[in-house]
Amino acid sequence: MRASTPRWLHGWGRRVVIGVPFLFLVLFFSAPFLVVLRISVSEAVGVRFMDLLTWDDGTLTLRLKFANYLFLTSDPVYILTYLSSIGFALLNTLICLAIGYPFAYFMARSPAPWRPALLMLVSLPFWTSYLLRIYAWKGLLDDSGVVNNVLLWLHLIDAPVRMMHTPFSMMVGMVYTYLPFMILPVYANLVKMDLRLVEAAADLGSTPFRTFWLVTVALSVPGIIAGSMLVLIPSIGEYVIPELLGGPSTLMIGRVLWDEFFKNIDWSMASAVAVSMVVLILIPLAVFNHYQTRGAGRGSGA
Amino acid sequence: MNSALGRAWLAFGYAFLYIPIATLIAFSFNASKMVTLWGGFSLHWYHEILHDSELIDGFVTSLKIALMTATASLVLGTLAAFALVRYRGFVGRTLFIAHINAPLVVPEVITGLSLLLFFVACERLFGIFTERGIVTIWIGHTSICTSYAAVVIQSRLLAMDKSLEEAAMNLGCRPLQVFMLVTLPLIVQSLVSAWLLTFTISLDDVVTSSFLNGPGVKTLPIVIFARARLGLNPTVNAVATLSVVVVSIGVLTGSLWMARNERRRAEEQAAAYREGMLEARA
Repeated sequence: MRASTPRWLHGWGRRVVIGVPFLFLVLFFSAPFLVVLRISVSEAVGVRFMDLLTWDDGTLTLRLKFANYLFLTSDPVYILTYLSSIGFALLNTLICLAIGYPFAYFMARSPAPWRPALLMLVSLPFWTSYLLRIYAWKGLLDDSGVVNNVLLWLHLIDAPVRMMHTPFSMMVGMVYTYLPFMILPVYANLVKMDLRLVEAAADLGSTPFRTFWLVTVALSVPGIIAGSMLVLIPSIGEYVIPELLGGPSTLMIGRVLWDEFFKNIDWSMASAVAVSMVVLILIPLAVFNHYQTRGAGRGSGA
Repeated sequence: MNSALGRAWLAFGYAFLYIPIATLIAFSFNASKMVTLWGGFSLHWYHEILHDSELIDGFVTSLKIALMTATASLVLGTLAAFALVRYRGFVGRTLFIAHINAPLVVPEVITGLSLLLFFVACERLFGIFTERGIVTIWIGHTSICTSYAAVVIQSRLLAMDKSLEEAAMNLGCRPLQVFMLVTLPLIVQSLVSAWLLTFTISLDDVVTSSFLNGPGVKTLPIVIFARARLGLNPTVNAVATLSVVVVSIGVLTGSLWMARNERRRAEEQAAAYREGMLEARA
């Protein structure tokens, strides 16, 4: 390792290479989060926050205000919001998997010369504005929107169906936005798969369905897990999609944080919501890490 | 799984991905103010956005921030990628990795809120960051985008053949020469990808910018978001169409350029290999 790294990258160079990005992220990523942590347990006096530690008459006092957290864990609206955020995120992951897995499978089994173009078509929407693509669904799902007009024209419905500002419209927007995040890792896994394993299973008398389930799907579990994480984690904290496509009944935690900050101007409450959101996201991450290390351990053991 | 089902599944999937974009474009040429009702072909909304100073100012602001963000993230991300790949054992490496990964998973509402509260605290304690605007948004975007740049460049560095650098060093290249003549040409593609990716993320960001902007500073997504919240607006469709055209041209040229680069490098390597063989024989 040492011999292959240029020598000037060992002394001051090494310090710069590691130190500069590290310092930047500590200063502008973790330090701000510590400010949030502090404000979430501080007493607000007007627009200022009381010091947590005070030195008075020879007594050092530490004052932590947990009222925000007590409120968060006792108010049914917050609890309901947490549950529904996780619920919508899980539902989004399942729908993306149900649509995206077969999609990635057929992509990976399509003739090799087509694949680069098929792949580019999946990733192209990434490069266009996500905000504008979500806005597009407003025009499609509106009471007088394209979908209703087409259904009326086909005489499938007699009167416009209300779709905008419902859980349905929000889920359509979520699936639409996150589907490529599921397709790409699953495709990357499936396209590398050794097809001789599938042939071997067939030769040994397995039915196509059994082969698909026990060989193809079983081998693509790492891709499924990676895709599910890429969909699940950002959808828990989603703000723009519920705001533009959701209704008053679609409770999402990201929206609660936004409203506490911008509408109620309650900084310490918004901070407490932020801290609890991080905890909420750490749970699936911990599960993911657990499976990844277990998978890696099994792989090296075999 | 039969191929008819496969073709149908792919067709429906691509339709799902592209119909919204297609309708967005179609209704930008609509003469009617009603976004959902066709009133004939017209370029009215394009004419309109030319005189829409809010949109134009927003675009200029966003462009400035995106250029600054992509450049800063490229520098910081390259350093971070080298730190991750070339220095396996340094004190605090686990913490460093956590700092690279965290911005990728923490929701933007949290990044935005925490940076704003941090800037407010800095203002009270040290009297800095008193004005919020382009600079604070730039810092916010860079703190997110550095991680994306680091991940893209890191994967290229990991895949790179290090024996090429070693060979250059053995042949007497000075370290800076090695970096400029060998390392840089090998990773330049990932640097371009990282720059474009962070540029796009910054240009598209609405949540972090909303927390970090000051009075009167509006990026293009903030303007679009405000209009989209109120309902359908044909000027938004026109902006969308223009951005789709620019992006499509960009992605197409980009992939052609990358394919050409790849081919040329393969040819050069093959030529070098042939020469080496001839010399070895002689």
